[in-house]
Order: sequence, then C-alpha cells, then structure tokens
Amino acid sequence: MADLKQRIDEATGTSTVGHEWDGIEELDTPMPRWWLWTFYATIVWGLAYVVLYPAWPMVDSATKGVLGWSSRGDLAKEMAADAKRRAPTVNAIAATAITDLPAEPELMQAAVQGGGAAFRVHCVQCHGAGGAGVKNLYPSLTDDDWLWGGDLATIEYTVTHGIRNPDHKATRTSLMPAFGRDGILEAAQIGDVVSFVRTISRQEKASASSVRGAALFADNCAVCHGAGGEGGRQVGAPKLTDAIWLYGGDRDSLTATITQPRNGVMPRWGGRLDPVTIKMLAAYVYSLGGGEKGLAPVAEGAGADGQP
Amino acid sequence: MASPEDLSGQPAPLYEARKGVYPKAVNGPFRRFKWAIMAVTLVIYYGTPWIRWDRGPYAPDQAVLVDLANRRFYMFQIEIWPHEFYYVAGLLIMAGIGLFLVTSAVGRAWCGYACPQTVWTDLFQHVDRLIDGDRNAQVRLANGPWTAEKLAKRVIKYGIYLAIAFWTGGAWIMYFADAPTLTADFWTGQAALVAYGTVAVLTATTFILGGFMREQVCVYMCPWPRIQTAMMDEKSLLVTYKDWRGEPRGSVKKAQAHPGGFGDCIDCNQCVAVCPTGIDIREGPQIGCITCALCIDACDRAMAQVGRPRGLIDYCTLDDAATEKAGGTGQPIRKTLLRPRTLIYFGVWTAIGAAMLFSLGERTRLDLAVQHERSPLFVQLSDGHIRNNYTLKLRNMETRPRRVAVSVSGLPGAVLWTDSGSREKAGQRIELALPADSVTSVKLFVAAPAIGPARQDFTIGTRGLDGDPRGDSDIIQFDRPEAGQ
Repeated sequence: MADLKQRIDEATGTSTVGHEWDGIEELDTPMPRWWLWTFYATIVWGLAYVVLYPAWPMVDSATKGVLGWSSRGDLAKEMAADAKRRAPTVNAIAATAITDLPAEPELMQAAVQGGGAAFRVHCVQCHGAGGAGVKNLYPSLTDDDWLWGGDLATIEYTVTHGIRNPDHKATRTSLMPAFGRDGILEAAQIGDVVSFVRTISRQEKASASSVRGAALFADNCAVCHGAGGEGGRQVGAPKLTDAIWLYGGDRDSLTATITQPRNGVMPRWGGRLDPVTIKMLAAYVYSLGGGEKGLAPVAEGAGADGQP
Repeated sequence: MASPEDLSGQPAPLYEARKGVYPKAVNGPFRRFKWAIMAVTLVIYYGTPWIRWDRGPYAPDQAVLVDLANRRFYMFQIEIWPHEFYYVAGLLIMAGIGLFLVTSAVGRAWCGYACPQTVWTDLFQHVDRLIDGDRNAQVRLANGPWTAEKLAKRVIKYGIYLAIAFWTGGAWIMYFADAPTLTADFWTGQAALVAYGTVAVLTATTFILGGFMREQVCVYMCPWPRIQTAMMDEKSLLVTYKDWRGEPRGSVKKAQAHPGGFGDCIDCNQCVAVCPTGIDIREGPQIGCITCALCIDACDRAMAQVGRPRGLIDYCTLDDAATEKAGGTGQPIRKTLLRPRTLIYFGVWTAIGAAMLFSLGERTRLDLAVQHERSPLFVQLSDGHIRNNYTLKLRNMETRPRRVAVSVSGLPGAVLWTDSGSREKAGQRIELALPADSVTSVKLFVAAPAIGPARQDFTIGTRGLDGDPRGDSDIIQFDRPEAGQ
C-alpha cells in the first residue's frame, strides 16, 4: 500500500485515487459543486441552530439558546393567547354572582360549556361521564334529589369545600353513627328500623316490626333525618321517603347502612381550581337536569332559542 | 395509397393538429332556431341572477341564489335546505332521463343547440365574422402575412373574446351572492378572493375553449358524444346525407352534359363550408357531427337555386334511410317521435317531476330531529318516575318567526319540559318560539312512570300554532331500568 501514487488519467483529466486492481483504477472525481454547497449550508444551519435554540445537553439541563425559545414557552404563549381570548367571558362570569347567571343566557351557556370541560377532567372519575353517579358509591347529579341542596349557590359551595373533607373547616360534614358496629342498636332493633324506613318509603306495609321501628327511629334517627324521614339538608341527611337510594333501599342494603354507615367523601376543589372554574362547574352540574329552583320561572315558550 | 399506419407499423396517432375551421354564414330555419335557442340560453344565463324576489326581512331577495355560506338554495318561492338535497338529486335524475328522451327522439340535439360549448362557440364565430368577415376573408386573413390590419383585427377580436369571456365568468359568481352588491364589491376590490379566482378561471376557460379549441372540445374532450351515441337507436333522428339520392355527385354543368348520369348533389361543398366542426356530412354519420343542421340549411338553399327538391341532407332515421334507399317513403315525423321508447322515457320523466312537485307542495317547513341523550340513558326521579333527556333540533324553514307546540304521544303519563322551565311547569304539551329561518336546539326532558317496558318507542311531534298547523314528528325510544335494577 505504500506504493500508492496518484496520477492524472489521460482520458478525463482527473487524478486517480491511486488504487489499481487488474488495471482498473478509481478516479478521484470531486463531489458536485451543488452538493458541496448544500453540505456547507447544512453545517452553517447546524451551527446557527445550536447557537439560537436549546441544543447542547449539560449536566442538569440543556443550553438555552440565544433566542430563549422552548416548547414549554410555546405552550405557555398559546395558553396565554387562549386565556386572553376567553378573558371577556371569564371576567364576566367572575363578576356575576352565580345566582344571577341564569338571567344572562349567553353567560350561562358559556359557563355550562366551560363547566362541562372541567367536569370531564375533574369529576367524571367518580360521578361518571354524564353525571349519573355510581350506585353504592357516588350520587347521581342528574336526578332531582339533593343531599345538601341543588340550587346554584349550594352546588358551588359543595364543589368549593367538598364533603367530609379532612383538614378543612368549611367542608360539609356530618357523621351518621355506626349503630350496629358501635352497639347502639341491637340487630333486631336495626331490623325494626329497616321495616319502618321501608314503610315510610312505601316499599313495605306497616307491621309490628315497623311500629317498633317508629319509636326507635324517633329516638335515634329523627334528629337528622326528620321525624317523618323527610331528610335534613343542613347535615346532608338523605330523604328516606323517596325512590332514590344511593346505597340501596332493600332490606340488606339498609341494614348494612345502619350497621356501618358509608359517610361518602368528596374532595374540596377550592384552592385546586380557580373560583371561576368552580362557578362554571356548578352551572354545568345544575344544567344536567336535576338543578333546583334558581331559574326564574320562565313563561312557557319564552327562551325557546335553546338558551337555558 | 399507404396509410401512415402501414408504413410505421404503428397505429395512426389519435390526435391530429387542429385544422382551422372557418364556417360560412348561412340562413335558414335551423339557423333561426339556433339563434332563438342561443338568445334564450344566454339571456337565462346572464339575466337570471338579476331577478329580484321579495322574501321578507329574513331571507335574501334574489330569485335564484345558491347561498353556500348559509347553506340555502333559493329558486323563486322554493327554498331548499341542505337536508333536502334530494330535490337537487331529483333534478339531476330528471336531467339524465331528459337526455335519454331527447337523444332517443332527436339524436344529439343537446350538442347541436343547447350545449354551452356550442352556444359560446357560435357566439365567438359570429365575432369572427363581425371582425374578419365571412369564411373566405377569414381564411385569407389567417393565411396572409402579419400586416397592420391583421394585427389590429386580431387585437380587436381577441379583445371582444376576452370581454365576452369575462362577462361569462362574472355572470357565474352572481348566482352565489346578491348580484348588485357583489358587482359593486367586485369593482371596488371588496369581493371575496374566491370570487376573483372564479371569474379568472372561468374567463380563461371561456376564452380558450370558446375562442380557440371549439370543435376540439366536442371531438376530443367531451364524453357526451360517446354516451349519447349509446342512447340512440335506428329510430333516432340524425342529420343524414341521402347518398342514394345524391350520388354520384356532379356539378350542374356535368349533369346537363350527361342527363341521368348524376345524382342530386351538385358538389358545391356548401355543407362542408358552413359546418362549425369542419366535417363533411357526406362521409356518413361521424362523431364530429353535433347535428346542428346548418348543413341542411345550406344544402336546401343550394337545391332551391338549382331547382331540385330540398332534403338531400335532412334529419332522417336509420330505418327511414334503409326504406328510402329501397325506394319507399319514410315514417311521418310524428310517428318517429311518438314511439314506445320515447313515451316511456317521457312517462318516467313526468312521473319524477310530478312526484317532486307534489312533495314540494306537501313538505313541512317545520322539521324536527330528535336525539336521545345516552349518558345517562335514564334518570330515576325521587317520586319514582323515570326521566329521559333528548335534544330537539327544530328547523323553522320559513322566513318568519314561528310558534310551535311540542307534544308526545304513545307514552302514557308522560310530562315534558325544557331546560328553560322546570318540572313544576311541565305538561303534556309545551310551546316554543322559533326564530325565522334557523335551527333551534332545545334540551327536552320527558318523565314517565317507572312501570312499563325497558325500551318503549314513542312519538315526539311538533305542530305550528300560527297559521300553518303542519308539523313534523319523530319516533324515539324511552328507556327505563330493567326490572330488578
């Protein structure tokens, strides 16, 4: 290999690379000019890119680049632009008391839409995509039965402060005693109370058991659930005379509930979500079909443009 | 003589360089008919968008308007919404069957008289005659050297071409927006970009196709000749040269010298000179013939001059051609036109038209579409009732606000209310006000007793409360929990 010597090929005028195999030689043809310029351009481009944009990995982050660009920054800009676009509506909703929202159909509609988006992020995990809840776990938000109240302001309060949220003073709280587990009532007495509850909800006919249960109910349950089982909103005590049973209205379910109550918990969203989002969430939950009052009674036919 | 195919072993090329066609002016009944068709079609095309039609404050006042932005199609008192597109489909079917009908009866009449390519080509050929003179002058000018006169004539002629082409493109966009407004916007630079683009494209295509390509379009580009040929039969009227009468050809002089030795054709070539596609009809039926019948006019004039009967070139069916060749006389034209095939086409065509007119008269302008909310499918109410939620889409297709009643049937004990009311106000019927010419979306709650089948079909219906009581209805499902759930 030491005797490689370059020479000029007569036919083409190009130098050879010096290899020769059985008389075949390789020409040292230069790269085409356009190819070289393109190549140089990519080098310049690469260098410029390294200087301008984040490129070089360092120990704990990368070089920043003199333009200061980052994909996070892009996202922040887009978010800011979107926030700016929504600002008039959001500000208007923020400035309107939630009880006044229904009087402004466009704002209400915007709030319901925004609340729907927030609901799909934060609430569907428990209450379901349509707000129908999960039996034995999470209440339905679409019916007309409300443990703590279903008008706009009450829903907003519930969403803000949560239910039985530990470490929060303003949370909605109440604890039904564990009548069975703690031995407050005997098993037979619980059976009697169940009979009574099923009687007032018209699932069973009155019996000796339910008569005994009535007295027990008056002593132990009426404080919260009301003398006739009509429920108590201030402590979230469910109405016992209607057809809606979160934890079941059959004998077994009722016995289990009285023996070991469930005392469902909901996190508080105040502090995690901004007040406007919570207001919009309340409007959305209200719009699901189960909201109570709040809406000024609209003359039949008016508001028929589909606005709430 | 060896054809190019023989010499090269290759098929002859399918395309030939264009030979200039300089049709001679001609007069006669078919030419006058062509004038009339041309005038009518051009007046319709250029004039229609300017007809006004008062539709009140909620709809545009243009008689014929394709309002793409608002998805409406207006044609005098008829207003078509996107979901009624089947009317357009019906018109297209009628156009198709109409083409069968006309073609089976009178051959390629569409090509010869009504086709836009024919109409605009004819128009441009008249411009040629106006500027350059008739056939001979045109040929002389085309083959002559470039003089100042030729240059001037070319500039003027192409200028007129361009003006016609521009006017044609401009008329097109008038169908898609309010014509006077659009005209003003167009000239002040405020029209939409798509308007300028459309005018530019249509000006260019009209200029090129009508001014220069002409019969090339009919022979090489257009699929209709191929399709139309398939619709014709031996009883369709075609422009036919009666060779059994005309051949052998000979000039009047020759015929006088050899009485009885020549046919009626005096070989004056007028039929070729007037042909807008530049063919010789005496070579028999061919794809270049658009059956415009100008050669009939030319031939009839020639026959009249030499005192022979007209109709050497004439509309004639293949059946009649055979009969006449054998010495008989053809069918009267009435029998040719009224035969089972044309009558069946006409019957189908009329039936579709009548059905469309009937449904136009019967259609409701209050359309309802119901969508069942599926998440959740049903809601248990505290009094034991079951509630289902629906989204109503109410189309008020009239150009006035309307009041309608919504009610349900087939669902015993049902009450309904919308999200603008509450259950306390629920009833078996609710009233709604619908804005003019719009789609209104309403959330409807329907509550019914829990006792009943898990899936039950019922009807939601609307009824007009002001004047026209007609409405629409939709059958939809009511869901209840399964027993034991």
